[in-house]
Amino acid sequence: MNAIHARAAGASPPSLSIAIAGSGGSGVMTAGAMLLDAAARSGRYGLMVRTSGPQIRGGEAAALLRLAEQPVGALDDRFDLLIAMDWQNLHRFADEIPLGAASLVVGDGDEGEPPAVFLADGARAALLSLKQIARAIPGAWVNMVTLGLAGALAGLPRAALEAAFRASWKRDGAGLDANLRALDAGIEAAAGIAGMSRLAPAPQRSAARAGNAAAGRWLVSGNEAAGYGAIRAGVRFVAAYPITPATELLEWLAPALTKVGGTLVQAEDELASINMAIGASYGGVPSLTATSGPGLALMTEALGLAVASEVPVVVVDVMRGGPSTGIPAKSEQSDLSFAVGGLPGDAPRLVLAPTSIADCLATTQWAVHLAEALQAPAIVLSDQFMGQARAIIDRPEDPGFFAERLTADESTPDYQRYRDTPSGVSPMAIPGTAGVTYTADGLEHSESGTPSSQARDHRLQLAKRERKLAQHDYGTWWADVEGDGDAAVVTFGSVTGAVREAIARVGARGPKLRLIALRLLAPALPEAMAAALDGVRRVIVVEQNHGAQLYRWLRAMHDLPGKPASFHRPGPLPLRPGELAEALLDWHGARSSAASARTRSGQRTTETMQ
Amino acid sequence: MTETLCPPAARTPADYKSATKPVWCPGCGDFTVLASLTRALAALQLPPHEVAVVSGIGCSSRIPAYTACYGFHGVHGRALAAATGLKVARPDLTVVVTGGDGDGYSIGGNHFLHACRRNVDLTYIVMDNHVYGMTKGQASPTTEPDWDSKLSPGGTGVRSFHPLVIALASGATFIARGYSGDPGGTADIIAQAIRHPGFAFVEILSPCVTFRPEQRNWKQQVRPASVDRTDDAARAARRIMTDDGFNIGVLYCAERTQYPLRRERVGGAVAALESEFVL
Repeated sequence: MNAIHARAAGASPPSLSIAIAGSGGSGVMTAGAMLLDAAARSGRYGLMVRTSGPQIRGGEAAALLRLAEQPVGALDDRFDLLIAMDWQNLHRFADEIPLGAASLVVGDGDEGEPPAVFLADGARAALLSLKQIARAIPGAWVNMVTLGLAGALAGLPRAALEAAFRASWKRDGAGLDANLRALDAGIEAAAGIAGMSRLAPAPQRSAARAGNAAAGRWLVSGNEAAGYGAIRAGVRFVAAYPITPATELLEWLAPALTKVGGTLVQAEDELASINMAIGASYGGVPSLTATSGPGLALMTEALGLAVASEVPVVVVDVMRGGPSTGIPAKSEQSDLSFAVGGLPGDAPRLVLAPTSIADCLATTQWAVHLAEALQAPAIVLSDQFMGQARAIIDRPEDPGFFAERLTADESTPDYQRYRDTPSGVSPMAIPGTAGVTYTADGLEHSESGTPSSQARDHRLQLAKRERKLAQHDYGTWWADVEGDGDAAVVTFGSVTGAVREAIARVGARGPKLRLIALRLLAPALPEAMAAALDGVRRVIVVEQNHGAQLYRWLRAMHDLPGKPASFHRPGPLPLRPGELAEALLDWHGARSSAASARTRSGQRTTETMQ
Repeated sequence: MTETLCPPAARTPADYKSATKPVWCPGCGDFTVLASLTRALAALQLPPHEVAVVSGIGCSSRIPAYTACYGFHGVHGRALAAATGLKVARPDLTVVVTGGDGDGYSIGGNHFLHACRRNVDLTYIVMDNHVYGMTKGQASPTTEPDWDSKLSPGGTGVRSFHPLVIALASGATFIARGYSGDPGGTADIIAQAIRHPGFAFVEILSPCVTFRPEQRNWKQQVRPASVDRTDDAARAARRIMTDDGFNIGVLYCAERTQYPLRRERVGGAVAALESEFVL
């Protein structure tokens, strides 16, 4: 039982990556979730990413885990262990579950051999009679045998596995006993498998933490964190139309809102959900909806209404592969251009992106605060990767952002809803307040709100709406800026974790790198960016989409030093720290060489893009 | 604040009117619908700042700014959605939704169905003139199939939409028809609709004298419905299905559970939500 040590490739701390795959509905995600919970209970950190085909049952599903002694922000380059509950559609995960020579494939030998593609790079197969083991115990489930197997191979203590299992068991006692025996059978089966790298025994904790190795930590998904951030900022009305992969965010909010005196309405479509949210917010109640690309497309017209009528509203876009219906259950960062530019007219809006699962909380909280303070729509770009993934994290600090709207007092003399104030923000009368009634309008209007098509009013209101966003003091929250190298890696969203790890892996082998992970994408802040780039001579932009959307947006809005480079690749495959480290080294080496270099994994590093 | 010892004088319809001059053509039916609305609000003595008038896009959707109430002039077809959000978030407000046949039955058709079935306590006033007026005369869902227009020469050939039947089938609990040429009767219907608990649908025949001058003849065609109001949906269905579209009055009125269901509100601590994440 040898503990995993740092990879030769770089300075990544030790971790163990495990994929559990099988047919949809076979309990893959349940087993994965329990494994992650058990890791948490034994004092580890970890991450579990979900991936599945389009079917609800009978398709393919996989839980992709990475466990470590320190917080995990990205999936690793390869998996140490793949446990297949069946071979049926496993081949569809060939790209998503890369294996290496040290990897192990465990599956049911009674049902055939592993697909050759998984063994191509030298992974070993260990075949068991997985289903027979479960069948020998009446009432037992195969996925609990799998949990025992995975847990034991990972080096997790049996007590933690049992505790995780018991914590999620909602049925009667008979099944519980049978499945505890299945868990033990899995642990026993693991004993016969040699050569698997295990996690090092959990480090000794202080006496205070001895009773609970995970004390103070959270197990949370990005979707849940975003939902909690919304409520913590004061959101009390949510309109919802289900869409993968945002549904869980809305489902989490439904009971949570009830507990704090708020309401969630299930709408008939996304046109209704965004308009309901705007209507509720017009009534003075901080409001939000969540969706994915297709839903965001439907919401566009009403987002323009929120801009023009200056009604705060927050939309969390949990991005998936696009365009159109695209790849519903898999991740991509390809709604950025649409979010920053996709409204008719000159329509300033806020676009934000969390930089991690934990940050889904703070960024959504900040988005609500900004939308309310600036009386504008805010789009939060989460994605399937972090939205549906669960992570063990240290309890995030509350940044303290709260909804604070500038409202009009009763009977304000000469009240004008859209008065041209120095900040651009004008007091909003909330229905029910006497003496300041007005009509909120998507038609261009005068300062009083009366519809107007006059050039003067149009110019005044356009400038007001632009100014209030552009001149706001966003403080240091607009980006995470780390390091002081003269070469900067600019990125956003869920790939930030992989970029951060890649920079660490490059370490002394490459240039000293500075990370700029944008949390605020629109409005662009040229001065803040210039300050963050102070002393930087070269910039590379990293993102997960085909069209280099962030790269184009940054080049349009900022003066970037040198010839900015781009590393971009579409989803659904996550950007892996190893390929990014390699791309950064290539970029370093290609300083004065050809315009376009190809990394070994076939991704494009573009030095110039016109 | 100037509180007086005397009770405030009763509000008159003028107290519900704004100074903004309507964009409507001379002779438009919507003028009298606006007058009916302000009469109804005065009859109910609702404080203007506790009433919100919500609309979409179209000639009749301009009404909010012509009132002294809070107004919300949103995007085309989505007035019912915005109003639903507003009323659910602010149940203390009286929310009146106004619009036309294009806004409500065509682009907003889906929201009409779901507003009827959801039964939020809203009053939905549709000024039906069987034409898109603001875009200068195209066929709407309630236009006769043979009505000639530039966009549909010779007529659409498509049968017209029957909003009252749809409303009944979708679960509206108050269904009435008014005529703009009868401001007193229409005001009375609107007042009843506002008082009705649940979703109240008031279809008002409101002529477009510019693009449908023949609608001036509606004055001769309308008549008070010669039937009592009913809470029997089957009777109402027969009545509405078989009338000629000119019977005026409250045609159906029933009670049904309103949305949102009045659950006990729990004012729990936000921080308590964290407990489910804590290991």
